[in-house]
Amino acid sequence: MRGLAVFISDIRNCKSKEAEIKRINKELANIRSKFKGDKALDGYSKKKYVCKLLFIFLLGHDIDFGHMEAVNLLSSNRYTEKQIGYLFISVLVNSNSELIRLINNAIKNDLASRNPTFMGLALHCIASVGSREMAEAFAGEIPKVLVAGDTMDSVKQSAALCLLRLYRTSPDLVPMGDWTSRVVHLLNDQHLGVVTAATSLITTLAQKNPEEFKTSVSLAVSRLSRIVTSASTDLQDYTYYFVPAPWLSVKLLRLLQCYPPPDPAVRGRLTECLETILNKAQEPPKSKKVQHSNAKNAVLFEAISLIIHHDSEPNLLVRACNQLGQFLQHRETNLRYLALESMCTLASSEFSHEAVKTHIETVINALKTERDVSVRQRAVDLLYAMCDRSNAPQIVAEMLSYLETADYSIREEIVLKVAILAEKYAVDYTWYVDTILNLIRIAGDYVSEEVWYRVIQIVINRDDVQGYAAKTVFEALQAPACHENLVKVGGYILGEFGNLIAGDPRSSPLIQFNLLHSKFHLCSVPTRALLLSTYIKFVNLFPEVKPTIQDVLRSDSQLRNADVELQQRAVEYLRLSTVASTDILATVLEEMPPFPERESSILAKLKKKKGPSTVTDLEDTKRERSVDVNGGPEPAPASTSAMSTPSPSADLLGLGRPTARPHPPPGGGLLVDVFSDSASVVAPLAPGSEDNFARFVCKNNGVLFENQLLQIGLKSEFRQNLGRMFIFYGNKTSTQFLNFTPTLICSDDLQPNLNLQTKPVDPTVEGGAQVQQVVNIECVSDFTEAPVLNIQFRYGGTFQNVSVQLPITLNKFFQPTEMASQDFFQRWKQLSNPQQEVQNIFKAKHPMDTEVTKAKIIGFGSALLEEVDPNPANFVGAGIIHTKTTQIGCLLRLEPNLQAQMYRLTLRTSKEAVSQRLCELLSAQF
Amino acid sequence: MIRFILIQNRAGKTRLAKWYMQFDDDEKQKLIEEVHAVVTVRDAKHTNFVEFRNFKIIYRRYAGLYFCICVDVNDNNLAYLEAIHNFVEVLNEYFHNVCELDLVFNFYKVYTVVDEMFLAGEIRETSQTKARRQPSSPSLSRPGGRDPAGSGPQGRRLHPTASGPWLWAEATVCVPSNRAAVV
Repeated sequence: MRGLAVFISDIRNCKSKEAEIKRINKELANIRSKFKGDKALDGYSKKKYVCKLLFIFLLGHDIDFGHMEAVNLLSSNRYTEKQIGYLFISVLVNSNSELIRLINNAIKNDLASRNPTFMGLALHCIASVGSREMAEAFAGEIPKVLVAGDTMDSVKQSAALCLLRLYRTSPDLVPMGDWTSRVVHLLNDQHLGVVTAATSLITTLAQKNPEEFKTSVSLAVSRLSRIVTSASTDLQDYTYYFVPAPWLSVKLLRLLQCYPPPDPAVRGRLTECLETILNKAQEPPKSKKVQHSNAKNAVLFEAISLIIHHDSEPNLLVRACNQLGQFLQHRETNLRYLALESMCTLASSEFSHEAVKTHIETVINALKTERDVSVRQRAVDLLYAMCDRSNAPQIVAEMLSYLETADYSIREEIVLKVAILAEKYAVDYTWYVDTILNLIRIAGDYVSEEVWYRVIQIVINRDDVQGYAAKTVFEALQAPACHENLVKVGGYILGEFGNLIAGDPRSSPLIQFNLLHSKFHLCSVPTRALLLSTYIKFVNLFPEVKPTIQDVLRSDSQLRNADVELQQRAVEYLRLSTVASTDILATVLEEMPPFPERESSILAKLKKKKGPSTVTDLEDTKRERSVDVNGGPEPAPASTSAMSTPSPSADLLGLGRPTARPHPPPGGGLLVDVFSDSASVVAPLAPGSEDNFARFVCKNNGVLFENQLLQIGLKSEFRQNLGRMFIFYGNKTSTQFLNFTPTLICSDDLQPNLNLQTKPVDPTVEGGAQVQQVVNIECVSDFTEAPVLNIQFRYGGTFQNVSVQLPITLNKFFQPTEMASQDFFQRWKQLSNPQQEVQNIFKAKHPMDTEVTKAKIIGFGSALLEEVDPNPANFVGAGIIHTKTTQIGCLLRLEPNLQAQMYRLTLRTSKEAVSQRLCELLSAQF
Repeated sequence: MIRFILIQNRAGKTRLAKWYMQFDDDEKQKLIEEVHAVVTVRDAKHTNFVEFRNFKIIYRRYAGLYFCICVDVNDNNLAYLEAIHNFVEVLNEYFHNVCELDLVFNFYKVYTVVDEMFLAGEIRETSQTKARRQPSSPSLSRPGGRDPAGSGPQGRRLHPTASGPWLWAEATVCVPSNRAAVV
């Protein structure tokens, strides 16, 4: 089209915007006259003019004519004319155009033409526009084209993706039907392009209709297996820089992530595939080109995603972690970034958490040295994910020091993360208080209300830290310039607990008051309001400063303040201090009662900030608790203290604290212990329940049960003889569950030894929703059996009844004990009574990997004692089982025999039944 | 899935825009400007990925052109990064040493190549020979000498001869100072 090329050149030669507009207007006038002219235009001219109009539109100018000519081109028999017509329609025609009927007609003709090129153009047009009208017209037709035996491969590719587009825009118009099973079999198609397109379609459909497409799992695995084992030339032009079909492999691995781990037979084959992919990563590259390594690693990262998704093969998880560890130091920034990102999810798996932690120094180094802020951001995310009690002080310190120079865009998020970690892993609450005050000092502007509310809640709820907090804020306030947030925290804490440091003449009541009041005039109105409340509290705490404070309240700048809130507070507080007797004052201004237990509002804030899909922490995503809107201490003591009733629990974040008292408030709790006579209505244990149960012996979080309707996830924490388990019931369907009743069942033998308390859940579970149930656990005495969780509900008119064993096992109440070799053997000898020892010799069921074994012993709950056993291949552990009535010391020794693929496990405890049960539980793990 | 594909030059001129979800025209213009602002400030030491609203952009630079694909945050970064390269190689074969001007003068053909390789926001075809096999022969209507800018930076090949190094790192690209910024 020479005319088009000339026109484009002319436009390019225009020196100014005005000249360009002039040239375009000239052309538009020309085209309009041609279209309106008497002489009928031939196809070529029509194509040329429509194409010019399209070019003008793409330059950013409006086009208000030519649509009819474009539609005319659709019925041309020449490819080039038809193509321009369809392109114009795809780019310019919106769905509500009145031409849609004419367009649909032309598409219908082309679909029926049996000319693969024309069919392709028509399908691409539908896929580009994807409007509801088109879905109504073609949603019935396209599945037929897709599965018809005589359809050409390239048309099948287009039809599959065209159908995907219609399904995405109008799922109600694409009902599942006979065609679905034929679509699944496209995974076996000889043409890899067809498989590539079909896999995308199947993945999207399977997410919504898992049952309908479950046969795709085995087909996808065998297809994947054929690809990864093929030689680099087998797949011809689907091999990309010596990597066989990388994009298709990625898509197949993503499809498999729609499902739980497959049946054992298929699973073995899949594990082989994944191992092959991991092995290939270790082989020398077949090419030095970056395309080769990128394509290879694309598959590798997707394989790792699948391994993490399944979260069931410790061996693969640890290998994945090691591989990512290598990438952390790679010279390619892309790989370092992706490794940090991927490791974040690995950190939340119990199997690989320890392995991830070994990379802490590298990650901290990345935080300090990476040039790209997005890489540093990933490093922060990973540090957050790998944090636990053992490394929290180090990680929090590193994050704090990074905060001093961090990019402004990510400061607030880091502040939130530091605040959460400091709270979650605080053993020593003075450390927590110091950390938060440091946060305010370093990044006061980024400390949101949630953060400083939270520190106050915690100080109020923990009386062991109150004196320290008062002293620390008092010292921090001495700084000549301190952040307003510090004034708020300081004002509140001194108002509540200033009396605890008033004995020291350096922080006498008057000095405290003068210090706070010296900041008063520099602060904003809300902070001043808070300080006024502090002053009235001082009147109660320290009668000796009452006249000074009354003078301040009485001054014009308070009593006649232009701000209504400040004026009202000044008037009311002044009056209160004058008329109320000491007793009344003491009652009104009583110390704040502890705050009720609720989710940290900071966590909610972080979730909101990052959006539900990107928060990687398992815990964060699983805890869908209500957002705490009123979580902060409202600085109006007169009202709050009068109406609050003390809450029974002083624990805010709740889990695993020494003071955790997992008893629900009286009256609200429900003791769930259904006796055996009701067992007739309880379903037998679900198949596979035993395996799942065994997986939880060494870990606390994960998916306990999953079928097509329901997913049950667990998250639990134990401390001494107490524990708390969060059970998450996810409705995988789009339909409501009615009469949803989970019940906990303890047998007669178990019941006296294990106390479980929970509250009933809402009997209606919306489609796609997740509900949570908390179980408080108390181990009274050692026990053998496990409680059973029975769930009954109605789904679409059918009654569902599922039972699974709840993995509350004796070893959960383990506290690890570190000891030296000498101590260990001394105690070992003390437990030499034959009833105290139980030994089991058994065949290894899993690969005998040292690291995995270590992780399992630690997961089991005992300490792993290094350099105790004279034979370095052996593992020894020690710990104490805590029950309400007694504590039982336990020693264990595991001797692997690699040649025979056997283990010998010896348990010695002071109680025979405990030795027996622990030996059973642990033996099943190797 | 892919939300959109953009090809822009350093001056911010759009050479191709393919949308896979509904945006109105103002929104499209805004996205184009934002992507340009986000991508052009990054250097060769940065990753080829950048967070963008609720999505992420995977991009790669060839001579003066940025090829950007916007995908969901959980999509596979490297797969899309290589999908871009695969696409560029197809264009290179199709136009016999592609340069920016080819994309200007043959914009309507580039759309067909895109549709062969990406459809409905998914990767449709990855085989280079199949993606190139199209009914219309690639036109050589690039007017070469007629166009004064033809020898300028926009006439520079994106992809050097088959054996040469790839021009995708900033450091290896020399940018003449007298670049024309119009079309």
